[in-house]
Amino acid sequence: MAAAMPLALLVLLLLGPGGWCLAEPPRDSLREELVITPLPSGDVAATFQFRTRWDSELQREGVWINLGRSSVMSSQGSSAPLSTSSTPPTQSLPLPPSNPWVWPMTLTTTFCAMLCCRGRWSAPKTSPPGRSSCPVVPRASLISFHLLQAGLSVLLKADRLFHTSYHSQAVHIRPVCRNARCTSISWELRQTLSVVFDAFITGQGKKDWSLFRMFSRTLTEPCPLASESRVYVDITTYNQDNETLEVHPPPTTTYQDVILGTRKTYAIYDLLDTAMINNSRNLNIQLKWKRPPENEAPPVPFLHAQRYVSGYGLQKGELSTLLYNTHPYRAFPVLLLDTVPWYLRLYVHTLTITSKGKENKPSYIHYQPAQDRLQPHLLEMLIQLPANSVTKVSIQFERALLKWTEYTPDPNHGFYVSPSVLSALVPSMVAAKPVDWEESPLFNSLFPVSDGSNYFVRLYTEPLLVNLPTPDFSMPYNVICLTCTVVAVCYGSFYNLLTRTFHIEEPRTGGLAKRLANLIRRARGVPPL
Amino acid sequence: MGLLSDPVRRRALARLVLRLNAPLCVLSYVAGIAWFLALVFPPLTQRTYMSENAMGSTMVEEQFAGGDRARAFARDFAAHRKKSGALPVAWLERTMRSVGLEVYTQSFSRKLPFPDETHERYMVSGTNVYGILRAPRAASTESLVLTVPCGSDSTNSQAVGLLLALAAHFRGQIYWAKDIVFLVTEHDLLGTEAWLEAYHDVNVTGMQSSPLQGRAGAIQAAVALELSSDVVTSLDVAVEGLNGQLPNLDLLNLFQTFCQKGGLLCTLQGKLQPEDWTSLDGPLQGLQTLLLMVLRQASGRPHGSHGLFLRYRVEALTLRGINSFRQYKYDLVAVGKALEGMFRKLNHLLERLHQSFFLYLLPGLSRFVSIGLYMPAVGFLLLVLGLKALELWMQLHEAGMGLEEPGGAPGPSVPLPPSQAMGLALYVLPVLGQHVATQHFPVAEAEAVVLTLLAIYAAGLALPHNTHRPLSYRVVSTQAPDRGWMALKLVALIYLALQLGCIALTNFSLGFLLATTMVPTAALAKPHGPRTLYAALLVLTSPAATLLGSLFLWRELQEAPLSLAEGWQLFLAALAQGVLEHHTYGALLFPLLSLGLYPCWLLFWNVLFWK
Repeated sequence: MAAAMPLALLVLLLLGPGGWCLAEPPRDSLREELVITPLPSGDVAATFQFRTRWDSELQREGVWINLGRSSVMSSQGSSAPLSTSSTPPTQSLPLPPSNPWVWPMTLTTTFCAMLCCRGRWSAPKTSPPGRSSCPVVPRASLISFHLLQAGLSVLLKADRLFHTSYHSQAVHIRPVCRNARCTSISWELRQTLSVVFDAFITGQGKKDWSLFRMFSRTLTEPCPLASESRVYVDITTYNQDNETLEVHPPPTTTYQDVILGTRKTYAIYDLLDTAMINNSRNLNIQLKWKRPPENEAPPVPFLHAQRYVSGYGLQKGELSTLLYNTHPYRAFPVLLLDTVPWYLRLYVHTLTITSKGKENKPSYIHYQPAQDRLQPHLLEMLIQLPANSVTKVSIQFERALLKWTEYTPDPNHGFYVSPSVLSALVPSMVAAKPVDWEESPLFNSLFPVSDGSNYFVRLYTEPLLVNLPTPDFSMPYNVICLTCTVVAVCYGSFYNLLTRTFHIEEPRTGGLAKRLANLIRRARGVPPL
Repeated sequence: MGLLSDPVRRRALARLVLRLNAPLCVLSYVAGIAWFLALVFPPLTQRTYMSENAMGSTMVEEQFAGGDRARAFARDFAAHRKKSGALPVAWLERTMRSVGLEVYTQSFSRKLPFPDETHERYMVSGTNVYGILRAPRAASTESLVLTVPCGSDSTNSQAVGLLLALAAHFRGQIYWAKDIVFLVTEHDLLGTEAWLEAYHDVNVTGMQSSPLQGRAGAIQAAVALELSSDVVTSLDVAVEGLNGQLPNLDLLNLFQTFCQKGGLLCTLQGKLQPEDWTSLDGPLQGLQTLLLMVLRQASGRPHGSHGLFLRYRVEALTLRGINSFRQYKYDLVAVGKALEGMFRKLNHLLERLHQSFFLYLLPGLSRFVSIGLYMPAVGFLLLVLGLKALELWMQLHEAGMGLEEPGGAPGPSVPLPPSQAMGLALYVLPVLGQHVATQHFPVAEAEAVVLTLLAIYAAGLALPHNTHRPLSYRVVSTQAPDRGWMALKLVALIYLALQLGCIALTNFSLGFLLATTMVPTAALAKPHGPRTLYAALLVLTSPAATLLGSLFLWRELQEAPLSLAEGWQLFLAALAQGVLEHHTYGALLFPLLSLGLYPCWLLFWNVLFWK
């Protein structure tokens, strides 16, 4: 049983950039990129991004985008962009999946099937209703790749990806204007994979890393079809005094940018630069810490959140979301979006928002109540988070009793409640300049900048697992049914007995003859003797 | 039901019940006791079996080999604890972080309602330390807990050592699908209660604690560990939790399978399980274990910190390392391997443990009695009350026919409010009035509470002479002098039957124990005949006397009999503990006895002294 395996191994067929490497489609362009970020905890984050652009009019031609075996038709007549991601949201990692678009459930499911993310939606008929949300699959299993290997995708070796502590995978399709007046459109397919390698498991406690140690592969050649194939390594020095880390081989160029409000320096390795690979036949980027970072808790981001179910028992409960603003002096607003399945019946009057012990009135609330079996609750609020504070948003709910056919095959596992979505403009430490998307590295699109003093962040809290009152579906259930029947019968007779008054009949006189006579009289319609 | 709707046959049946009432009652009572004793014999007691498919086989290769590491951690921990005199929070944080956990602390404080003399604490404040091992690539929706409660004395260091060594080993594995929380609590159960309340963001007992910074989703199962020596001769497992709640039987089965696999010696209630159930010796030994379990479950106290998890529907049990004089000893690696195996199996769970029994009795580690088989025992006992009530009802019915005098009868409801008031006083006054008592008498607070309890309890016995004497002048009615007490006894019988029935449904052991003692005298009580004998019997079977008797039985079964003086001391301590546990953990035995059974018992006392 696949579900019984802790790491379900599913095979993703032919999805991947390698496919395009050999397929030679006309008028296409492919850019690929790998960003490696050593995290303060000693873990290493690697983000792959492959961007394909078709200069063809999909809409007019009604073409199917052929993604290996699965095909998805671009929604007819509209040029709505699509995106999905299979990301188990973890708040402690600074890798927000950025999917700013809306789209229907069926397409998400299709994509999910394509990504083999084996998603479990929180309920039937609970489509994510949009606004600022984007579908995220609450419970996703790891995938394994079956790729045609060239370029950066050489590194995607399945068994090494099992040693990661985090992974996130996303597919985005969007129309791109070919020229300034937007007379014709190209389609862009962006596929990203983010993984975080666990220093404890992969590095045996050491914090130095190399491509070989992480992926057990090295880069040997660029993808022949890629117009751009680069590796970026974050070499930002954490303290100003001296260099704390060293990369080998030494980078030819570096790139500086403001990412999530802080200035970052990246070493660039261009695989298309022939000198890079030809010297040693392979490229194995290594990083050594000159002074290893202390075993300390990673720095806390300005905005983070936590969500949990409180209370016990199967009747009621409370959904609590804690929003942390750790900025020392600036308050900022956050848009909080909650979609809660209908079977958690929210008591909206119990919605309380408190910061620093005081009530915090949201400046905007949109609430759309649930309809049983049709649509979930939708609650959207704009909340101002005071500087250096924790804001608690809590709302009570009652657990509904489902019809017995509505329970999932594993009802005692509990039901998932999808994460809250937080969108915020967080004040940045360094002023950023507006970027030109086409010229800057691809990974910049993961961190859209809105203006110089703020940066945009979208966070997903943890999904929740909520137990509903569940009948016992095994043999005792039948026993209960049977017992109920027996009790009902008994009750009926007892009730009968208690509500009736009894009169003592006069003892019957006369024997068979009288009874016979009465029978005849009754047949004749005459009152009996 | 035709039998009852036919008045003639009904009358015959009624006559039968009236005439044969006494023998029927005796028969029913004897049947109840006999049924209970028969529970330990094989047709009624069955072999345990694993119901949960996800934990079906023990095909897990345990790789834990950190025995030396565990001992080193334990030594360091003990040294640091000795130096600081409290839980070495900073050291624990550092060590947990060094083995790769996400570490958080939680501080809590609690002022007990009165000083706890057994544990020597009053104003308690402490810090819990916990580290979370995040399951890779998962979304932190489910978790398992391994917890070690640390008291004020220097025990349990080896348990902390083993916990840390296991954490280090677990951290290096890639197969975890659920987060694992490694929790070290201070002030043993108080710390656990504080952590659980904060984790579920509820306040049940008035604990003050800092909110938790890190969570790991819904806790699926928990194991509490108590180890105070580097080697153990056996592992004892405790299942009884708060208010007699039990974990799912599968968790115990899991422990037992790994005991067998690792060749560990495992005990239940400190008793090895008999090997031979076919001869008489096996079941007799099983009966001892069963009785010990019944006594423990009836007490309603959490026997180990696992007991507090059960309220939050987290299946949990406590493992205790025992180091006795046996020759063959096991080191920490053996214990660690058993724990590793259990956690890996729990990691496989797809659903919460729900397949197996939640309500069971255990005459041995691998034998159980299911609820369907033990309930008749208490059913037979309660039938006595039913029969007696039926008899009274019929007698009243016959006596009262045509004699309805409006306003004449005293009504059985007269003693009801005073007895309930006594119960309320018993519940409220001892804790509320402790300061008054300490001002006027040379006693400490804890003593004051216990003595007030006993005083109010005894004062209840004097009540009937005072309450209904002024009323009873009106009552003297020549036609039906017995109607008053009969009606009162009828009400009392039904009240008792209802209470015992409800208790037996939630905590069979308590219900059975109370029924065994209270039912016969409740059935006997009447204001005629040898009153002093009845009174003596009634006092001997009152809830407090039952508690005292249970203590003696308990120690007798543990093969450490009590002398009378020791027994009395233990009784006083148990009273104080009972009240404390109600206030600190929410144990329900004290309110149940004081607000429910004691007033009910007073009604019978009233019947006995009815005038």
